Amino acid sequence: MANTILAILEQREGKLKKSAFETASVAAKLGKQMNLTVQAVAIGNDISNLEEVSNYGVSSVTHFKNDNLLNYSSSAYTKIVTEFSNEISADYLITANTSFGKDLAPRLCIKLNAGCLIDCIKLDVQNNEVIATRPIYAGKALMDAKLNSNIQLFTIRPNVFKPVEEKVEFNLTTKEVENPDTRTIVTEFKKAEGKLDVAEADIIVSGGRGLKSAEDFKLVEELADALGAAVGASRAVVDAGWRPHREQVGQTGKTVSPSLYIACGISGAIQHLAGMSSSKYIVAINKDKDAPIFGIADYGITGDVFEILPKLTEAIKTLT
Amino acid sequence: MKIAVCISHVPDTAAKINIASSGKEIDPNGVTYIINPYDEFAVEEALKTKETLGGDSQVVAISVGNDANKETIRKALAMGVDSGVLLKTELQLDSFGIAKALSEEIKSQGCELVFMGKQSVDFDNQIVAQMTSALLDYSCVSVVVNFKLDGENITCDREIEGGKEVVATKLPCIISAQKGLNEPRYASLKGIMAAKKKTIEEKPAVETENQTEVIGLKKPQAKAPGRILGTDSSAVPELVKLLREEAKVI
Repeated sequence: MANTILAILEQREGKLKKSAFETASVAAKLGKQMNLTVQAVAIGNDISNLEEVSNYGVSSVTHFKNDNLLNYSSSAYTKIVTEFSNEISADYLITANTSFGKDLAPRLCIKLNAGCLIDCIKLDVQNNEVIATRPIYAGKALMDAKLNSNIQLFTIRPNVFKPVEEKVEFNLTTKEVENPDTRTIVTEFKKAEGKLDVAEADIIVSGGRGLKSAEDFKLVEELADALGAAVGASRAVVDAGWRPHREQVGQTGKTVSPSLYIACGISGAIQHLAGMSSSKYIVAINKDKDAPIFGIADYGITGDVFEILPKLTEAIKTLT
Repeated sequence: MKIAVCISHVPDTAAKINIASSGKEIDPNGVTYIINPYDEFAVEEALKTKETLGGDSQVVAISVGNDANKETIRKALAMGVDSGVLLKTELQLDSFGIAKALSEEIKSQGCELVFMGKQSVDFDNQIVAQMTSALLDYSCVSVVVNFKLDGENITCDREIEGGKEVVATKLPCIISAQKGLNEPRYASLKGIMAAKKKTIEEKPAVETENQTEVIGLKKPQAKAPGRILGTDSSAVPELVKLLREEAKVI
């Protein structure tokens, strides 16, 4: 009998997240490379876009349903996925390295006696073994590693594995969950003010000390608005209280890999560079031409952010 | 109540990371080691909780590693932690090995409330807290920015993409601390002096086999230096054109 890979899909507020399709697509690809049966599991109440998974090569989906599971519950989810994984004898499990995946995966590892590799940016198959590449030291180095355990779990970094379209038949099994173990449960979600989260954004406009004050950050916000981008910040301005910690990019903040990262008035301390240097395109705007940020920027302007940012925002707004 | 705080000893975030000749670990030469930054929030929250609970509450710091980790344990003792335990190993344990060692010690100490940093800034896994809790069958809330204990009941804010989840759970519990949870106190001179007299108990860490096999480490590919387009806003049209036509990102 073929081995099985189980994709764990994340839903939020009744909708699968983009990272769920990345997970499904990677599971489908590994399934082909290693001749595995591919299954997916989602937990929640109603999930409106579950069928979309079948656009990415995954046909067999099991939906565990309960009114009390609209929000994440680490205790209930661990139990449900552990039991389901045992039932289908999954050999490989895969999920996205989001807040959800990061919290759930290690619990499953213990309950399933599985090894895990976290935050993978590349998964290769060699001699029927999965070789994973993952950043360590916030991206200052990369590690290639494999697992020696019988059951293996991988979490993949969001935004790195682009989902590959492949339409297949959709076979849904819905199972009602009786008395979920809600010892630990999310009772409320407090949405952050502001729009996009840096961890999920495709474009980030980030500001540093060069902005001079919290008020002047509006120049960054205006450019971000024009681009539909998230606002990011350097550690210095977060520690100064100008911006909330959730916007911090770098080693004690978030590690990001957007398509475009625009660094405004950021010199590029090693901790900051570690957190954003894997961005596809980097633009730096800074008065100091010797700032380390120019060492990794694709395009730079060595000038005054106060003069350049309003003009750049204006130019972006006129684009069609 | 006896509260545990688990701490790790990691390279300073300002350190340049070079790969050792073995190709499987980093070169420790010239690297300064510090207490893991997230663990400082865990220590602070443990101390605050002890102060709130009063009575005979105690905080014990637990670290897995070799003699070098004592420096980091001393730092926690200087901040006000009551005692320290070093679970000694010369091996490079993976997260599972560390969770296993910690869980055994937490069990034998009888700690029902445990704090640790959300991740160590070396391997960045962010999994030890959850693994330890699963081994002990404790509840666990990770990436916590607000913590409240009321009798047996715990309410936390957990930071996630785009906001915060309010999580309800009960003791026994492990909390993994995120920046923003509190402002860690500085060690006072008195604290530093007192730390010298506090004991660090040493015992061997439980041995486990690593599930992870490191094939090799490498430095990320260095980016080729880019183009400087100008020194003022006259470069903006060219920048927009390049982003649109060459990079195709806007």
